[in-house]
Amino acid sequence: MKRYFTLWLVQLRASLQTSLQYRVDFVVSGAMSLFWLVWQIMPAWMVWRLRPTVAGWTMPEAALVLAWFIFLRGILEGAVQPSILATVEHIRKGTLDFVLIKPADAQFLVSTTKLEPWHVLDLFSGVAVAIFALSRLHHTPHASEIAVAFVLTLASAAMLYAFSILVVSAAFWVVRLDNLIYLFNSVFDAARWPMAVFTGFWRILFTFIIPIIVMTSYPAMALTGALRLRTAAFAVLGAITFVAISRMLWKRAIGHYTSASS
Amino acid sequence: MIQRVLKIYPTLLRIGFAEAVAYRAEFLVWMLSMTLPLVMLAIWSAVAREGAVGGFDTDRFTAYYLATLLVRQLTGSWVVWEMIREVREGTLSMRLLRPIHPLLAHSAESLAGIPLRAAFSIPIAIGALLITSPAHHIHDPVIGLCAVAAFFGAWALNFSISAMVGTLALVFESSIAIWDLYLGMFFLFSGYLVPIALFPPMMGKIARVLPFAYLQSVPVEILTNTFSRTQAFEQLAIQWGYAALGLTCLVFLWQRNIKRFAAYGG
Repeated sequence: MKRYFTLWLVQLRASLQTSLQYRVDFVVSGAMSLFWLVWQIMPAWMVWRLRPTVAGWTMPEAALVLAWFIFLRGILEGAVQPSILATVEHIRKGTLDFVLIKPADAQFLVSTTKLEPWHVLDLFSGVAVAIFALSRLHHTPHASEIAVAFVLTLASAAMLYAFSILVVSAAFWVVRLDNLIYLFNSVFDAARWPMAVFTGFWRILFTFIIPIIVMTSYPAMALTGALRLRTAAFAVLGAITFVAISRMLWKRAIGHYTSASS
Repeated sequence: MIQRVLKIYPTLLRIGFAEAVAYRAEFLVWMLSMTLPLVMLAIWSAVAREGAVGGFDTDRFTAYYLATLLVRQLTGSWVVWEMIREVREGTLSMRLLRPIHPLLAHSAESLAGIPLRAAFSIPIAIGALLITSPAHHIHDPVIGLCAVAAFFGAWALNFSISAMVGTLALVFESSIAIWDLYLGMFFLFSGYLVPIALFPPMMGKIARVLPFAYLQSVPVEILTNTFSRTQAFEQLAIQWGYAALGLTCLVFLWQRNIKRFAAYGG
């Protein structure tokens, strides 16, 4: 365990140094991140502009969900997807061999290869939107509420990660993958809306199969005390299941790997 | 020149169709990634459940977003990804060797996908006709022809923009960031997420001037029978004007920048 921790620090340092070489990128991405923040808020604003509540959710409550969406997207684009894309490239070129022969777990190595540090700005934007929403709600969250929301956020990040590992595992079978990632992103986009707008089929799909409701609506509800503890426990259990499934599939996929170039 | 193109083009279309069928799994993924209108329909239905907004009730929202889905599925273009990959991997050099203009070849590939897209889209269209009220269907055959023309206009405009950003890959390393920026503008201003009729008045006026509306909103509005004949003709003229402008800019941009191509790794 300790070995993996030091290994993680090494990987982190290497990826940070690589990305800090491109300083112009940092500035441009910072500006873009602000632009996107405004853009993220627009659709929700356009809906709630017409009505004080939609499906029982007021604008600040929906903004809280949006905050989690922005935050998680920051994690996805900053920490998860760069590594995923690098791995897909490895598989395509057959250079994954060099990762596989290293004396450490391959999944660990491929998921910590690359980082885009400027996405930290997205995390700040998410927190800022959350604080704004809470102030509009006149709600000061209790320490226990914050704790539950925090645990659920970790669970959401784990689920995002698990899903990305599933996508990478698919790359062992289908080689052209940029469109699978594009599909994943466009589905995740639905996570910006509070759960109440999804009914029937959508509710089931987005809770149990692609759990984007669990990722953004649950932590937001936990923060305002609207989520039952039992539901939160189930969400954490679900996250563990997803991680386990993704691990299993990764193992199967890697067994399926036949180096492309040799 | 034109005669030669006319001779080659049908063959290119056949090849493109065969390719689309061969890569049907990938094709399906692209189609699936364009299903956002269904999510938006869920959201707006939640809004309309408590009463109509700005003249939109549940029925009209259903018609609007199913039409949006149809327009997107049939006219969306992903040539940008293809072009960026070809520049990055150097395989563009293969294309340059062929005795046909690469842009024409790309356009054939894109057009050839339409029958397969239609195969996916016809069930959506039938479903839309069954579940929405006749008020949102086309009854006038002239408007019907306008709708067909609007589909082709939207395709041409989509293709030209997508290919323009793809061409920029010759100039910038990461033209995918430009594409993201474009998509951001498109999602908001085209009526893809929110119908332009429900925009705040000022933004609505801006959206009507920008080209994005002519990719989505205008074909959708013709399809859902919101325009009179004169309005439809007028909007169609603007759309085709934009498409012509887009294609001209595309050719110009390509001619200027193709010299930069250095076939990395090709």
